[in-house]
Amino acid sequence: MTVYLDNASATKLDERVLDAMRPYLFEVYAVATSEFGYSLGIEAKEALDTARANIAKRMNGNPDELVFTSGSTESSNLALKGIIKAFDTKKSKKSKKHIIVSTIEDFPVLNSAKTLEKQGVDVTFVPVDETGLVDIEQLKESFTDNTVLVSIQHANQEIGTIQDIKTIGEFCSDHGVLFHTDATHTFTRVPLDVTQIPVDLVTVSAHTIHGPKGVGALYIKEGTPITKVMDGGFQENNMRAGLENIPGAVGFSKAVDLVTDKENQQIQNMRDTLIDKVLTEIPHTTLNGHPKKRTPHNANITFHYVEGESITLHLDMRGFAVSTGSACFSRSLEASHVIMGIGGDHERAHGSVRFTFGRFNTMKDVDAIVTAVSEVVKSLRDISPLGKSGGD
Amino acid sequence: MPYTEKVIEHFKNPRNVGSMETPDGKSTEGSPACGDMVSVYIKVDDETKKITDIKFESYGCASNIATGSIITELAKGKTIEEAKKISWKQASEELGGLPPVKAHCSVLAVEGLRAAIQDYEEKHGLITEKVPTTTDVVKKRLRHVMNPLTGLDVVRTELIKDIAVDEGEVKVDVDLKEDHQFAAAIKEDIKEKIEPLWDIKRVKVKFSG
Repeated sequence: MTVYLDNASATKLDERVLDAMRPYLFEVYAVATSEFGYSLGIEAKEALDTARANIAKRMNGNPDELVFTSGSTESSNLALKGIIKAFDTKKSKKSKKHIIVSTIEDFPVLNSAKTLEKQGVDVTFVPVDETGLVDIEQLKESFTDNTVLVSIQHANQEIGTIQDIKTIGEFCSDHGVLFHTDATHTFTRVPLDVTQIPVDLVTVSAHTIHGPKGVGALYIKEGTPITKVMDGGFQENNMRAGLENIPGAVGFSKAVDLVTDKENQQIQNMRDTLIDKVLTEIPHTTLNGHPKKRTPHNANITFHYVEGESITLHLDMRGFAVSTGSACFSRSLEASHVIMGIGGDHERAHGSVRFTFGRFNTMKDVDAIVTAVSEVVKSLRDISPLGKSGGD
Repeated sequence: MPYTEKVIEHFKNPRNVGSMETPDGKSTEGSPACGDMVSVYIKVDDETKKITDIKFESYGCASNIATGSIITELAKGKTIEEAKKISWKQASEELGGLPPVKAHCSVLAVEGLRAAIQDYEEKHGLITEKVPTTTDVVKKRLRHVMNPLTGLDVVRTELIKDIAVDEGEVKVDVDLKEDHQFAAAIKEDIKEKIEPLWDIKRVKVKFSG
């Protein structure tokens, strides 16, 4: 049995989600048609719109403000590129466009910004402090007359730090600048109300909340200037072409319903216990991210003097799944841009391990992982030239 | 699982782990690009020039640990001249193969062994004096920079377009786009290999792929 603690990367599908999806795979499998279509297609369309309304409601948005996509990556690409495209086609007075993102955004936002930069858009990558919080003063100072969009994540994918999106959104709103937030790692886990927080675009996904992979959505506030980026049919209110993923949308909606405050509290209790135990029982450990302002399911800890891939591999052989910000683990051989972004050095990234909890974890998992990681870290420190395996 | 059974076996139970109080030669090699480090300690018989004991420590990933382990097994009992010839390729073959992308971290152990031998030679007056850096010297060093795409070095895989050495400055032109997945890692690795040369003050790496 695997103890799975990588729920920020992907989650196990809840069987109740599958049950909700099943009819739309085997019975109501038709394309979503207009009201003049055949019955099966109308039924499919109704299911899609019911799912849309339900997901929008969870963030207090209107049903017609939600566009289904293939996941967070597409949602954030659509947000950033679609906004710039709209400003391009509007022959905007702003001949030069400027956007602001943080240095620790997840790759869909970060790399969309880099692509736009190559296409002539000015981009400011605003830094974060050592807890991962965006430097709001610097963010405000970076505004120019040409700023059209700010994209700051709701919470970080690796260290879980929750940003003050209310303050950021209000500042954007006061300056007539659009605000996008990537809420992939917070949706349903951390409250987000679009009537309370001035936000124009929100990226969400089903894969982080025990929903199906390959379905997400972009909330787009009514009246936001945005142009679709993928050509095809006129689906999703002409904002996202392609055959609608109705089983996916229905599954996403069900997954949203299944996340409760009680569950979030249970997850947070497990996470808090893990952090407490690791920091007190294992010497030379550092918590990465903010001590309080963090998503309920995320713990990210650096085990000094040892390397992350070695830790994860040893844990894997003992039946635990976790991830690391070590360069050795990454596809680009680069250390985590998030750990480096919070002022960490290679050493801090090298031994960083992320534990993320989900619905199917128990307190037993916490005890088991703490014991395992303690043994693994000790044995690796024993062979490390920097190692100090015992106490201080 | 990208690793062979033998890699995993050495990773789980590394041989000859530890340090020495009074080694005859020692070294610590590190890669800022991936962050791994390895230390090697050797005892050498002054008469036979054979490595009588060897230990290593690793602050690294699985391939770093496994290579450190296998390299100590290969070197033990060999003369320093024989041990110098142990290559990454040989270590990799002994382990049943390593993923190319991991050459980076595992080559450190091989370099660690060579550096420990060099340390022994320097301490025992077996090394001749400093030679000035030429493009050939740079090229030779670049043979220890891995191309993560292939696991072979950047010279052999023809990633190096040009090398220039001028008044303490080395310029290296790499045949990769600046935003290539591995550009940052390769740049750091090149700098780390060239900067320690005694007469070099600056290293500039240009990407013009």
